[in-house]
Amino acid sequence: MTRISTAPNDRGPAAGNAVEVRGIVKHFGSTKALDGVDLTVREGTVLGVLGPNGAGKTTLVRVLSTLIKPDAGTAFVGGYDVLRQPKQLRRTIGLTGQYASVDELLSGYENLYLIGRLLDLSSKEAKARATELLERFSLTEAAKRVAKTYSGGMRRRLDLAASMIGRPRVLYLDEPTTGLDPRTRNEVWDEVQRMVADGATVLLTTQYMEEAEQLANELTVIDRGRVIAAGGIADLKAQVGGRTLQVRPGHPAELPEMARCLHDTGIATATFSADTGLLSVPLTSEDQLTAVIGVLGTRGFGIADIDTKLPSLDEVFLAITGKPSDRPAAEDAAPSLAKEPVA
Amino acid sequence: MTTATLAPARAEEGRIGLPGHLRHVGALTRRNLMRIKADPESMFDAVLMPVIFTVLFVYVFGGAISGGQDAYKQYMIPGLLGQTGITLAMAVGTGLNSDFQTGVMDRFRTLPIGRSSVLLSKIAAETCRALLSFTILIVFALILGFELKGGFLELLAAVGLSLLFGMSIVWISMLLGMALRSAQAVQGVAMLVLMPMQFGSSIFAPTDTMPGWLQAFTKVNPLSALADACRALMNGQGAVAHPVLIVLAWSIGITAVFAPLAVARFRKRT
Ligand SMILES: Nc1ncnc2c1ncn2[C@@H]1O[C@H](COP(=O)(O)OP(=O)(O)OP(=O)(O)O)[C@@H](O)[C@H]1O
Ligand SMILES: [Mg+2]
Repeated sequence: MTRISTAPNDRGPAAGNAVEVRGIVKHFGSTKALDGVDLTVREGTVLGVLGPNGAGKTTLVRVLSTLIKPDAGTAFVGGYDVLRQPKQLRRTIGLTGQYASVDELLSGYENLYLIGRLLDLSSKEAKARATELLERFSLTEAAKRVAKTYSGGMRRRLDLAASMIGRPRVLYLDEPTTGLDPRTRNEVWDEVQRMVADGATVLLTTQYMEEAEQLANELTVIDRGRVIAAGGIADLKAQVGGRTLQVRPGHPAELPEMARCLHDTGIATATFSADTGLLSVPLTSEDQLTAVIGVLGTRGFGIADIDTKLPSLDEVFLAITGKPSDRPAAEDAAPSLAKEPVA
Repeated sequence: MTTATLAPARAEEGRIGLPGHLRHVGALTRRNLMRIKADPESMFDAVLMPVIFTVLFVYVFGGAISGGQDAYKQYMIPGLLGQTGITLAMAVGTGLNSDFQTGVMDRFRTLPIGRSSVLLSKIAAETCRALLSFTILIVFALILGFELKGGFLELLAAVGLSLLFGMSIVWISMLLGMALRSAQAVQGVAMLVLMPMQFGSSIFAPTDTMPGWLQAFTKVNPLSALADACRALMNGQGAVAHPVLIVLAWSIGITAVFAPLAVARFRKRT
């Protein structure tokens, strides 16, 4: 192996950037999985990478973890070049891939202990760290069972724990909470926040606006291998819209009246749909929520149900690109086995 | 470590160092052995094969070949040692292939460990499996009345030789495991290669009754040399040096060619 020069690199990453990606391209045959992606993650922050199926999220994460080599472009993680300093880079990262990569024939504890040892923890440290993380991810009871017997969510949590064993400076989480129930999802979010509080940098891919809002400081939206929007959560929300309050009235007939009342008092601009029987009120602040409910209540409208919701990925795309993302449908379409009509 | 500043500098360079490599291979070997514990069926080949082969050949063919069962026991059992070693070796590729399929390898590849550690740990675990298998074979053979005419040291030499040759075959097996798509394909190809190698050798029958073209093959087949060497060692008779040297040469040659190929292939999949 050639020695890697430690001379300062004039094209190196800017100080304070834990991840710096410039013009990364990765093609699989004719598929442009990544088509010139630029992004940066500041040290100690969380970047959410939002995108539909096939956008290139996993490919990006794999490039940044040295699992695949990009066709063009440069990327630095923790100051190390993905192409030229993969060994050093691997010391600084932790990865939870989209698909669980635990050893099915090992117990949860042994899975974590193994990784601790491979990360050069002493036997004692590895033991302590494995036990600690099993506890944090509510796997203590299942610690001695082989991972083959774990449920999907348990495997996911074990995988997350595995990526945190070495207290990596940069953590990649590829759709970490897909398939988790709400309670475990919160648990995972707590753990990620704890890692960040301890100084880690996180790059997280997700399909949920809600997850991005919970965890990320900044957001990058990608589609077809390209960045289509990037910025702070607040900026992006201003662009695509924040939470929407949905009110289900006791009497659907009152919908128009409710909307008019909100309009007249100047609190909010509401829309309603007779089909769904819902009154939708875009919210710009939390005070507004209180005000809307207050007004509706004092005017004597019966309310059967209320809920607030973030824009879905589809709505985000619609807002950014002006057209819905057609990618998922095209991606998932099964190859059509055009059958000739039988005579 | 001479100075305090040296260690971090090494880490900076991404160097692992010998103690690190040993630790990694150790941890991964432990993993491979624990996998066996969790899936005891995977030991069937190692445990049952020697028993089944011995019974099958000694009692089915023993009467017909080489003048009686007792003589045949003395003839065939040493050769089985070598045969067991390579059959086990061929199973390594299947295991490696499934590691790639399940994504465990992705995890390893994001860790700061040497590329060869994963492969070396396979060899270490395989050695344990082979040693167990050899022990079973020898104990079973003694129960059936096999006479260890050579000394204990000669027995160890035969075991060592079988092990060494088996471990050189492991590299071929690993290469197959990485080159072929599925674990079943690996198993299929391994069978296809092993069958003619095993039966076209002096393991099960003396070669002098075979047709000329087959004799030509058995002569160059390293398994013949391995069987001859084990036989000479365990029976305490016949020329030992010649077959032993041939086996050593083959083992070193195969390792020298296939180990770098396997490691290169492994790197390429990174
Ligand atoms: N190894 C591969 N060989 C061929 N094509 C690939 C490979 N990996 C990814 N692709 C293609 O690259 C594109 C991006 O895939 P990628 O897995 O990065 O998407 P993603 O954003 O992670 O999607 P999802 O949300 O479904 O996980 C897809 O069109 C996919 O089919
Ligand atoms: Mg993905």
